[in-house]
Amino acid sequence: MGFFFEVLIGGLLSGVLYALVALGFVLIYKASGVFNFAQGAMVFFAALTFVGFREVLPGWTGLEADGNFVFWLAFVLALASMVVLGILTEKIVLRPLVNQPHITLFMATIGLTFLIEGIAQGIWGANVRGLDLGIADEPVEWIMESADILVSKFDLFAATIAGALVASLALFFQYTKVGRALRAVADDHQAALSIGIPLQHIWAIVWAVAGFVALVAGLIWGARSGVQFALTFTALKALPVLILGGFTSVPGAIVGGLIIGASEKLAEVFIGPFVGGGIEGWFPYVLALAFLLVRPEGLFGERHIDRV
Amino acid sequence: MMMNDMASLGDTQTQAPDRHIGDVILDLQGISLSFGGVKALTNISFDVREHEIRSIIGPNGAGKSSMLNVINGVYRPQEGEITFHGKVRKDMDPHRAATQGIARTFQNIALFKGMSVLDNIMTGRNLKMKCNLFEHALYWGRAQKEEIEHRKKVEEVIDFLEIQSIRKTPVGRLPYGLQKRVELGRALAAEPTLLLLDEPMAGMNVEEKQDMCRFILDVNDQFGTTIVLIEHDMGVVMDISDRVVVLDYGKKIGDGVPDEVKNNPEVIAAYLGTSH
Amino acid sequence: MLYREAGQFKASYQEDQQIFPIRQDKLGFIAILGFFFVVLPLIASEYWLQAILIPVLIFSLAAIGLNILTGYAGQLSLGSAAFMAVGAFGAYNFILRIDGMPFIVALLLGGLCAAAVGVAFGLPSLRIKGFYLAVATLAAQFFIVWALVKFPWFSNNSSSGVITAQHVEILGFAFDTPVLKYLLTLAIVAVLALVAKNLVRSTTGRGWMAVRDMDVAAEVIGIRPMRAKLTAFAVSSFYCGVAGALYAYTYLGTVEPEGFNLDLSFKILFMIIIGGVGSIMGSFLGAAFIVLLPIFLNVAMHALFAGSMPAGLGSNLELIIFGGLIIFFLIVEPHGLARLWQIGKEKMRLWPFPH
Ligand SMILES: Nc1ncnc2c1ncn2[C@@H]1O[C@H](COP(=O)(O)OP(=O)(O)O)[C@@H](O)[C@H]1O
Ligand SMILES: [Mg+2]
Repeated sequence: MGFFFEVLIGGLLSGVLYALVALGFVLIYKASGVFNFAQGAMVFFAALTFVGFREVLPGWTGLEADGNFVFWLAFVLALASMVVLGILTEKIVLRPLVNQPHITLFMATIGLTFLIEGIAQGIWGANVRGLDLGIADEPVEWIMESADILVSKFDLFAATIAGALVASLALFFQYTKVGRALRAVADDHQAALSIGIPLQHIWAIVWAVAGFVALVAGLIWGARSGVQFALTFTALKALPVLILGGFTSVPGAIVGGLIIGASEKLAEVFIGPFVGGGIEGWFPYVLALAFLLVRPEGLFGERHIDRV
Repeated sequence: MMMNDMASLGDTQTQAPDRHIGDVILDLQGISLSFGGVKALTNISFDVREHEIRSIIGPNGAGKSSMLNVINGVYRPQEGEITFHGKVRKDMDPHRAATQGIARTFQNIALFKGMSVLDNIMTGRNLKMKCNLFEHALYWGRAQKEEIEHRKKVEEVIDFLEIQSIRKTPVGRLPYGLQKRVELGRALAAEPTLLLLDEPMAGMNVEEKQDMCRFILDVNDQFGTTIVLIEHDMGVVMDISDRVVVLDYGKKIGDGVPDEVKNNPEVIAAYLGTSH
Repeated sequence: MLYREAGQFKASYQEDQQIFPIRQDKLGFIAILGFFFVVLPLIASEYWLQAILIPVLIFSLAAIGLNILTGYAGQLSLGSAAFMAVGAFGAYNFILRIDGMPFIVALLLGGLCAAAVGVAFGLPSLRIKGFYLAVATLAAQFFIVWALVKFPWFSNNSSSGVITAQHVEILGFAFDTPVLKYLLTLAIVAVLALVAKNLVRSTTGRGWMAVRDMDVAAEVIGIRPMRAKLTAFAVSSFYCGVAGALYAYTYLGTVEPEGFNLDLSFKILFMIIIGGVGSIMGSFLGAAFIVLLPIFLNVAMHALFAGSMPAGLGSNLELIIFGGLIIFFLIVEPHGLARLWQIGKEKMRLWPFPH
């Protein structure tokens, strides 16, 4: 039984990370109706830019390589890069495609994925980098002693950060003017205009926020498994999460992430051995599909009848 | 044919064409439809007789489009009964409606934007075309013969609607008025017995409206097609309808020949209430 | 003045409905066919035939398949490569396990396997749309490759699923040189391209496009969206399956499941975006473009850096150029190279009196 819970908790914790990436999707989808396939590439770009700055800054400035200051300077510079990337994307790619079919926008973000990957590796190189956030990947002792379950400190830390981020985004949506405008845009573009914030600004802000979320996700994920091209695949993992949770629901992204994370690990451990293993790669998709057939509108979505 | 058109138009303007109207072919009883919390239709009953032009009027949001959508099964009402050609059902289904001879146009043009005028209208023939995928793959013999045969029918529709010069144009490039005409063409190509028209003249200028009016009357007159029409232009409605249903906030507030409806106090109130 | 339709009046609808109603187009097409069937085999080197022309043809076929599904029927797929894999492994097993199985029949059966699998993964399209569907096809992509690796039966117990295609023989005649393989591939692709063209200009194709453009209206006019979507999945996967089998038999010779990965699926998607979504002609142009671009880049880089090329620059540049082109085409010319081709022809028609 202890083993089952270990697997479950491990799965839930990685589910938090899926939720974090999925959140980036939801933000952009809510505001501009774009399904941003490039979210994974943005995670990669963010992590690589952070690590890259951390490598070059000591040489440029003479600062101590492991110091806090370099860490935060690199963080700020990476964040600034993400904001610029987001704004450029909005201006160059999405604005000309306003009112195009969803599928066209989706394909454009696939193009964007390749573009961002190429640029990121072109600037910082393609080799795998380690990323140390200073939190050890070792079991939390008191949980091990009291419940006899292994829970990694790092995972717990990651989950806390992700949880805090999700909570602050929820507050942002609820209580700031921009946040309210954002929700209005999701429902009705005209209504948003009446709030007095130009649609383009809202989109730029959303892309910037999505860039921030990508940076946080990239750092945590990069610290876990190295900063490398495989980070881009986080986007693929987020897709089934979105199907479960719905494309427009923040709580949906979180619950969906947890379900996918937990179920894929449980499936791998408990079903995998019977079919040769490695089912983690496709299990979330099949689960999401099975779910779609029963509830096409997702966990939290509303059933919608096309108006004609 | 031109002479004929003018004559029939003149006719209907002076007297209602009640001479050819037949039995009830469509009967709706106690239809209620809601979306989530919104009640779009509440307990509505009315019927449509063969060969007549039956109009549905009412302010925006009254539930007119929803009514058409219920008739051909795009929306499924929660309550009520639909009798079409003697068969009683809880609801329709779009495909069944099509096979039973119901065709329609939409309030917001629903053409196939990436296809030419000709192809759009050809889709109206699809239920009458019998070749299968493998015959299409070869495009030879029966499949080719069928394609040509139906092309001829479609050309008749194109002639009827006077859109010969744009037959190869992608519909997305046409002006609004012509798109509406092509949409009518697609419905006509199916040779329907019941034609549902959702605001076919909305947003048109006077000349375009006159043309559309003429087409509707000709269809009714020459092919005997029964027509259910939603239209805001009261002049047109009172001119060409045999009977009129009035909806307001999802409820039926009037039903009868144009003169009756025109003088119904509830109807007058509803119209005054919304337009001012 | 040579390219004119003036004076060519169509006396019947049959003439009007031909693939090339304009005489010059027909002649031009025959000339192109002659060039590919007769001239190229005589002048092209083995490298060109084997490393460029054959893959271009095969990818064209896969792109036609994806175009049928995405371009004509409007259902986005990110799993084309997996359906190619089904075709390749299907054909391999039919030839392996059934004595005297003719090559062409095995090819078609491989395609049919892919079609069946395609329909199975297309079933969700009946309830879901757009990028939701993309997820269903991703499921196909990952599941199929996984299954081909995990179940050794598919690859006749070879390690990690690698298969080596048997020799191609038709009626006792061996297709064992690049020229012969090229001609075989060309013939199959040409026939299937014609079939695709026939399908898209018939009721079947109109049904696909109607569902793509406005599914509610399609249903109201009597087209069954379910039928249209599933036939699109079937036909599309069939084309991808045959392309996959050719990929194994006339191009690479040895293939493994991992070779049919998501990257390959993306590549095929790029072919139709750049070549022209909803165009058979565009599928060929797109495939040629995507196959030739890296080769061209490679040559250009070598000329530029004279051997001292920075590591990884080529592949990053390729990513940037592909990504940039996709965005460029979607914004500037959503109908891709096929549309540019058409515009070029229209200019010719007016020449020398442009109005
Ligand atoms: N598909 C739908 N989903 C949700 N609400 C709908 C839908 N279709 C219609 N409605 C609602 O039903 C009511 C009637 O609409 P409609 O039939 O379009 O009116 P009309 O055609 O008379 O203007 C409106 O309140 C409208 O918002
Ligand atoms: Mg309406």
